[in-house]
Amino acid sequence: MVDDRDAFKQRLDAARARQGLDPAPKGGSQGGLPGGSWGIGFRAGVEVVSALVVGVGLGLALDWWLGTKPWLFLVFFLLGSAAGVMNVYRLFTPRRVRRD
Amino acid sequence: MAVEGKAIDALGQFELGTVLGPVGAAVGFTQSNLHMLVAGALIVALMLYGMAPRAMVPGRLQSVAEGAYGFIDDMLLAQVGPEGRRFFPFVFTLFMFVLFGNMLGLFPYAFTYTSHISLTFTLAMVVFVLITVVAISLHGKHFFGYFFPEGAPLWLAPIIIPVEIVSYLSRPVSLSIRLFANMVAGHVMLKVFATFVVMLGALGTVGPVLSIMPLAINVALVGFEVLVAFLQAYVFAILTCIYLHDAVHLH
Repeated sequence: MVDDRDAFKQRLDAARARQGLDPAPKGGSQGGLPGGSWGIGFRAGVEVVSALVVGVGLGLALDWWLGTKPWLFLVFFLLGSAAGVMNVYRLFTPRRVRRD
Repeated sequence: MAVEGKAIDALGQFELGTVLGPVGAAVGFTQSNLHMLVAGALIVALMLYGMAPRAMVPGRLQSVAEGAYGFIDDMLLAQVGPEGRRFFPFVFTLFMFVLFGNMLGLFPYAFTYTSHISLTFTLAMVVFVLITVVAISLHGKHFFGYFFPEGAPLWLAPIIIPVEIVSYLSRPVSLSIRLFANMVAGHVMLKVFATFVVMLGALGTVGPVLSIMPLAINVALVGFEVLVAFLQAYVFAILTCIYLHDAVHLH
């Protein structure tokens, strides 16, 4: 008896998931992104480099605009490094799943 | 062309030139544009001719077309949720365009348009503008709360907010650099080892025997590049989905 009801529940769940009525369970830190040590290392490197590029670029642009030659560049270099570290941190922490 | 004197010209393959004779030269129509048009035509042909029979038991082309459709549909459903289905045309177009660009580039004499940062960055900027517009139109002013996580002490705001903004702005850069760097690295390696084959082959009696080694490496590399070509298109699409998830749910 119990088996029957479990089987029905399984089929119901499968059908609901197929129709997109239930949010699909999320696994891993970045959904289904492929792993592999090289892939993860490369991803982390790209995250740091791109944050630094954006930080340095913003700093230089603001310096050029406001005429505050080295200072905003220095500030945004640090911000870029912090953002890079945060990007990598996000890469390895599980994404928060909110039911809404 | 690969061997000029004794130097290895690994980057010459990424140079743009005009095609279609004087007409192409007059309007600056490059081989990159040509390959984009070819990729677009192939995608349209795959979907139109593949789905033309509408058979209950699909043939080969129909299986490919249905597989690609289902692949992106499942990805959107899993990453963004049911409300992500409205972005299907966008993500599907993006995925197919990148995938066909990567794959077409592996053919001899073909040009890899995804190996140019100008193209990958343009695609990434389209994604970036889309996720920003979606987030603002869905959440209005709450979008700016994204840059300051709830529960953080207020005195940290001057540090957290600029860092979050830089982190947010780095998304299109990392998205484009990843695809561009992977494609360039793969094609440079192929070219370098292919040049070794030619150089060793010209070395006299032992040369042709020795040149089997870089040739074997190149055979393995081509297989690896097919994997990378698919994987990078997949990563581009799934990161777009993850960003769309953030834009739709905003946390």
